[in-house]
Amino acid sequence: MISQVFILSSKGDHLIYKDFRGEAGKDAVNKFYEMVTALTGGQPPVVMKHKELHFVHIRQGGLYWVATTKADASPFTIIEFLNRLTALVKDYCGCLLEKSVQMNFALIYELLDEVVDFGYIQTTSTDILKNFIQTEAVSSKPFSLFDLSNVGLFGADTQQNKVAPSAAATRPIVSSQGEQGSKNEIFVDVIERMSVVIGANGVLMKADIEGEIRVKCYMPSCSEMRIGLNEEFSIGKSQLSGYGAAVRVDECSFHQAVRLDEFDTYRILKVCPSQGEQTVMQYQLCDDLPTAPPFRLFPSIERDSGGRLLMYLKLRCDLPPKSAAINVSITIPVPKGSLRLSQELSSPDQSAELQPKNKAVHWEIPRFPGGAQLSALFKLEVSGLSAASLQEVGPVSLSFELPKYTCTGLQIRFLRLSPIQPGPSQRWVRYVTHSDSYTIRI
Amino acid sequence: MPYLGDEHTVRELRRALSNPNVQADHLRYRNTIHRVIRLMSQGQDVSGLYSEMVKACATVDIVQKKLVYVFLCSYASLNPELSLLVINTLRKDCSDHNPMVRSLALRNMCNLRLPGLSQYVQQPLTVGLKDKAACVRRVAVLGWAKIHTLQPNTEIDVAVVNELYGLLRDPDPVVMVNCLRALEEILQEEGGVAINKPIAHHLLNRLKLCDVWGQSEVLAVLQRYRPRGEDELFDILSLLDPALLSHHAPVMAATLRLFLSLCSTLPAVCMSALERARGPLLAAAGSTSRELRYAALCHIQLLLRSEPGLMGEHYKRFFCGYAEPPYIKQNKMQVLVELVNDDNVAMVLDELRGYCTDVNTETSQTAINAIGSIGRSYTDRCLAILTGLLGLKQEHITSAVLQTLRDLVWVCPQCGDAVCSALEGWEDNLQDSQGRGALLWLLGVYGDRVTGAPYLLEDCIDGVRSEVSAEVKTELLTATLRLFLSRPAETQDMMGRLLVYCIEEEVDMCVRDQALLYYRLLHCGIEEVRQVLQGGRRSDPSLGPLIGRPPEPISQWASSFNTLEPLTLGASTVGNSDHATPKPSTLTPNTLTSNAEAMTPTPGDPHLPDCSSGALSLSVSPALTPEEFERLWLQLEKGVCVACPVPRCSPEGLQVALQLVNIQTLAFTPPNTHPWRVYLYTHTSHISTKTPHTLILPEHTHTHTALAHTHTHTHTHTHTHTHTHTHTHTHTHTHTHTA
Repeated sequence: MISQVFILSSKGDHLIYKDFRGEAGKDAVNKFYEMVTALTGGQPPVVMKHKELHFVHIRQGGLYWVATTKADASPFTIIEFLNRLTALVKDYCGCLLEKSVQMNFALIYELLDEVVDFGYIQTTSTDILKNFIQTEAVSSKPFSLFDLSNVGLFGADTQQNKVAPSAAATRPIVSSQGEQGSKNEIFVDVIERMSVVIGANGVLMKADIEGEIRVKCYMPSCSEMRIGLNEEFSIGKSQLSGYGAAVRVDECSFHQAVRLDEFDTYRILKVCPSQGEQTVMQYQLCDDLPTAPPFRLFPSIERDSGGRLLMYLKLRCDLPPKSAAINVSITIPVPKGSLRLSQELSSPDQSAELQPKNKAVHWEIPRFPGGAQLSALFKLEVSGLSAASLQEVGPVSLSFELPKYTCTGLQIRFLRLSPIQPGPSQRWVRYVTHSDSYTIRI
Repeated sequence: MPYLGDEHTVRELRRALSNPNVQADHLRYRNTIHRVIRLMSQGQDVSGLYSEMVKACATVDIVQKKLVYVFLCSYASLNPELSLLVINTLRKDCSDHNPMVRSLALRNMCNLRLPGLSQYVQQPLTVGLKDKAACVRRVAVLGWAKIHTLQPNTEIDVAVVNELYGLLRDPDPVVMVNCLRALEEILQEEGGVAINKPIAHHLLNRLKLCDVWGQSEVLAVLQRYRPRGEDELFDILSLLDPALLSHHAPVMAATLRLFLSLCSTLPAVCMSALERARGPLLAAAGSTSRELRYAALCHIQLLLRSEPGLMGEHYKRFFCGYAEPPYIKQNKMQVLVELVNDDNVAMVLDELRGYCTDVNTETSQTAINAIGSIGRSYTDRCLAILTGLLGLKQEHITSAVLQTLRDLVWVCPQCGDAVCSALEGWEDNLQDSQGRGALLWLLGVYGDRVTGAPYLLEDCIDGVRSEVSAEVKTELLTATLRLFLSRPAETQDMMGRLLVYCIEEEVDMCVRDQALLYYRLLHCGIEEVRQVLQGGRRSDPSLGPLIGRPPEPISQWASSFNTLEPLTLGASTVGNSDHATPKPSTLTPNTLTSNAEAMTPTPGDPHLPDCSSGALSLSVSPALTPEEFERLWLQLEKGVCVACPVPRCSPEGLQVALQLVNIQTLAFTPPNTHPWRVYLYTHTSHISTKTPHTLILPEHTHTHTALAHTHTHTHTHTHTHTHTHTHTHTHTHTHTHTA
């Protein structure tokens, strides 16, 4: 059971404080902040104890979300509850920022009141909560001239392109009644996170993909939705993948509300999405990517006669030509005594800098099309460079985003709402692959 | 500036709240209340507005009502009289036609936490239990628990308890779970809600209707249920089996905990449950939420204590992610150490090596320690990595490597050669005291094989005045003395200087005592010194089991599974990672006594009563005539036999040492007789009984075997066990003082 829940900003401002059981004093908030700021980097801050009171906290959106408990509660339950609470706040307020929490404190108190009673979690389902939540979200979007381009003249929809505006999915699920702009929208996102380790000899040592299908629903009452996956989708190692584009995952689990009666034969998920965001399916694939890993690195590192460290890095993107990686950022750990960096990059949009504090070189590539190859020459002045210093170079890590691309090849064939919604409704399907951790050893 | 104009703001708000114009305009009224709550949650004291807020409570606007309730519940305890005014409004709301209003009023009425509340609340709560809206029943059920905690000493109303038991069959699953929760609280003194067979099966059948939170709660309560026979047990297990694979971590963890408690007598079933839950646990360890990852990793470490092979083939899941916070990286490395086997050792070491040069010093230290631990089984590969790291000449890395090497050499003496060649030509000056201590220890032990050892020590001795750490100084003393044994000519002079400084000028008493001890030891002759300093130098093969620990039974940790304990445990070990590694005893007294300490019963030893609580104390000068001693001695039956290795020392010395711990010697045989015997006695004043007992430790038989073991037959007429314990302690002390 939960004693208190509070939300603090990163600077320690009290944003929300709710005491459910009256067991612990309000000074717990300050005590928590004292403890969390006194921590050195290496200590695990998730659970802390002060006298009889346990603090369990998570960090989301730059805020501390803290639950305290006196009983020996399940850590999984409390952590998952806090995660769910952040998701609810995100659903109701649009986004998870200090400002939106601050502006919507009344709404969050109301949420907390309904979600937890006497420290016991009552419900976190948006379907039930929407009957109780009365406060309207205050949107914290700053006024911008650019937004005007999206506003139709006299209510007419000027925008006919097929790409959803990026901010579309970051608005509160409950918009003011009667407002013209409220749209019946549903977003289905296929999100994959890849963690890859490539050995020094270029051999793929580890390649894991964790994926999920996430539905964000803005429709006040949504009937059944059918999500059709690739027909040749298979689960488990035993099934032999035939020729062609078979899509295989190792393990797969579904939200409990998903009905799977058509899954075995037609690969169709049936779900009645509740308002807000939910994950309908999660899957994993280990060590057996259907395609080559998206990036290969060909490094050559040596000391030159002038006592400088030369790093010549060639990076190749093995994506199909019509895809591209964006926001590619490469971190190359360098020896501790690195002083100055001179660089030669293959195109002007790239940039690189030396960060002495992290003893690393950051190389940024805004857009990296499939099949392309980029190179960089870094010359580093290192004080006290020795042969052993070369050990400190690497492993190189990459972070990137692959829009409109899934590594497993999972696709959504169709998205049908039945019965067909009255009025205009929009359905969006988005694919994205993130690098959870992409490491190349040198 | 809200913090400056505190009083001013409150005054202004009060004026606004009592302004009839504001009250008439419900939007303005609501906005003003908004401002009050905002100030409240920012941590400012707005309790002065209580009476104005009480008035604001009487409204039809639900949003405003909710806001006011938030305020009232926070400050009710400061204004008990005014709060009673609210109760009227709340009671009226309790009979509103809108169920939302009813539940809201009922909930907040119980949340006021006023001592005299129960007389007003009982009636609406009783009505609430029978309300037709589930949301009201939910609130009413928990309301009883709130009232009970408010006045914990009041008698439990049997009718209410029965009603709550009846509501376990409520169609609404949340009401059912709330009933469990409320009964748990109300019946806390009786051990919580009674789970009999019908209730247990009812709960199990309804489990699917609950949401994840309810499920985990029900599963936790079911732990108290004991099935009647194997058939019923396996029925329950097969019903729960799918929940083990739930991708909601709380449900999976609660189910696994229930499995472990139901099958505590069936280890095979437990093992297969662990295997079933492996997939979901691994998924949680790779979750997007790093806090969940951490919780899963901590629990995986628990599992590995019993089943080291469980995650073997999934070791790649524990490779660190690039952007993971240090505490997760460190946790993963600790798991990786457990998973090493012949097939994956190359990959794991490759992974760990990458983190030895991490920006975060604690991460790099953990990586180096981890390589050291793997080095106990894969010595050559790890030594190559560790000695390679010394080439980087970076302070914190070198320090961590030296400490790791010291620990490794202690367990695997065969790597001495590699360590010596790494120390050859050493010229770094370490700042870190722990690293310096490790270096000195290595130099002392391997001084005969490292050419430059005397010069390195000389530098330290010259700088001893500016040395701040007492630990390093004692280490320096020991190392110098050890080096003196192997290379007397080079060391004699500087050892003299060091001893003079430590005895004459040192202010730290431990260091000074240590120096005096060595000084006197040197007087006893070089052979004596050699025996003391090199006797316990090499590791004892019997330490093996302590290092490669055998799998623990699941019951060791099952009770802490799915509690906060594994997470806080991780905090303490990672936070003090320097102290977590088993350190070889480096100080001479410890080295001498390490064997005796191994013999000393630990407080947790089941065979011996816990004496560490100070229950046993010995009187300073007990009087006992030889006749009385003999009489008691003859009364003794067969006692406990304890074998303790003791270094040889003079009987007189032993007598004095024993007297220091209040054990008297009645008689002993001449020094050179075999076996040597000593007759000891002491007098206890047992705190719990207040009756003094005479303890006889009659016959120490000191046989002259190569190991100089003492076989002690201890007999006593009372407290045999306690007595044995005292005895072993005696030995420990003896050793410290013999020299």
